[in-house]
Amino acid sequence: MNQSDFALWVYLSRTPLLWLTLTIFVYVLAERISAKLHRNPLANPVLHSVWVIGLILAFTHTPYRTYFEGAQFVHFMLGPATVALAVPLYAHRRTVMRVLLPMAGALVAGAITAMASAVLIAQALGVPHDVLVSLAPKSVTVGVAMGIAERTGGDPSLAAVLVLMTGAIGAIIVTPLMNAVRVRDMRARGFALGVAAHGIGTARAFQVDMMAGTFSGIGMGLNGLLTPILVPVFLPLLLG
Amino acid sequence: MLVSLELILLCQLLGEALVHALGVPLPGPVIGMALLLVLLLMRDTLTPVLPHEVGDGTLEKTSNGLLANLSLMFIPAGVGVVQRLDLVVSHGPAILIALIVSTAIALLAGVAVFRLLARLVGEET
Repeated sequence: MNQSDFALWVYLSRTPLLWLTLTIFVYVLAERISAKLHRNPLANPVLHSVWVIGLILAFTHTPYRTYFEGAQFVHFMLGPATVALAVPLYAHRRTVMRVLLPMAGALVAGAITAMASAVLIAQALGVPHDVLVSLAPKSVTVGVAMGIAERTGGDPSLAAVLVLMTGAIGAIIVTPLMNAVRVRDMRARGFALGVAAHGIGTARAFQVDMMAGTFSGIGMGLNGLLTPILVPVFLPLLLG
Repeated sequence: MLVSLELILLCQLLGEALVHALGVPLPGPVIGMALLLVLLLMRDTLTPVLPHEVGDGTLEKTSNGLLANLSLMFIPAGVGVVQRLDLVVSHGPAILIALIVSTAIALLAGVAVFRLLARLVGEET
């Protein structure tokens, strides 16, 4: 790199524009590749975007804070997107009302098992206390989980990472797991996925089946209401 | 689209305000979601006082547009993993095992209870 190229890089790498553009560019590319590979669960666009961008930041010695100044515009939209979940919930209110009891049961079962099993397994494997606090809300959408972590004395940035990993894991394992236990009801599959693996799971569910996607969105929305109540109540018991 | 986006932001803002004023243990956007749901449920009676974007499908289009790009919005927070590489190195396998097993358990518990109760209310497919 000669002197003037370097000056240009120094200028651009400090502007939010570069990192915002890169985030969307890498995501669109990962999304296209996922479509080309017939939505193979291992080609999850979020998972691959994250490590590609992480590598670019490492190679260019860009601090995360500088990156986030650009990426924050995308991150900000998580709040409005959470509010927007009211729309599919409203659109399917009749179907939702018909299976209200199965959904309520699956919501409570999924939310409690997700939180309790993660905390207990990690605790048994020697994961330190402060990480466990940020692990508890891992099944809800990232904005909500960060809020819970903040309120319960956890680390919001760590909670976000754990949420993302959970979503990617759920999106990858759901299809083989459900086929193995021979559950074909797309309402049940989608709903359980939304409860356990939030938005990344929901994005996956829409790739498989419209009904699964709709119920996944509802599961994610309802768990966004339940887990914030569960974590402060159950966490002291689990860590006791 | 602007009015719909503003309505969504307004719900979120009200949600945040309520959370802070009343000390509710819920994140602001979640209260915002509940508020938007109430608004939608009441829109037929409120039609004369609501902007037309609430009733003509514009709000739906804006919301679905947001939700279609939900995956993208996870990326900035996810890239935060670069700050926590120390933790990934020291506890990565344990955390990964905990996440994989607990996600599988939660999925199985969710579908099992859903199927069981669906049979109970005669909604089996």
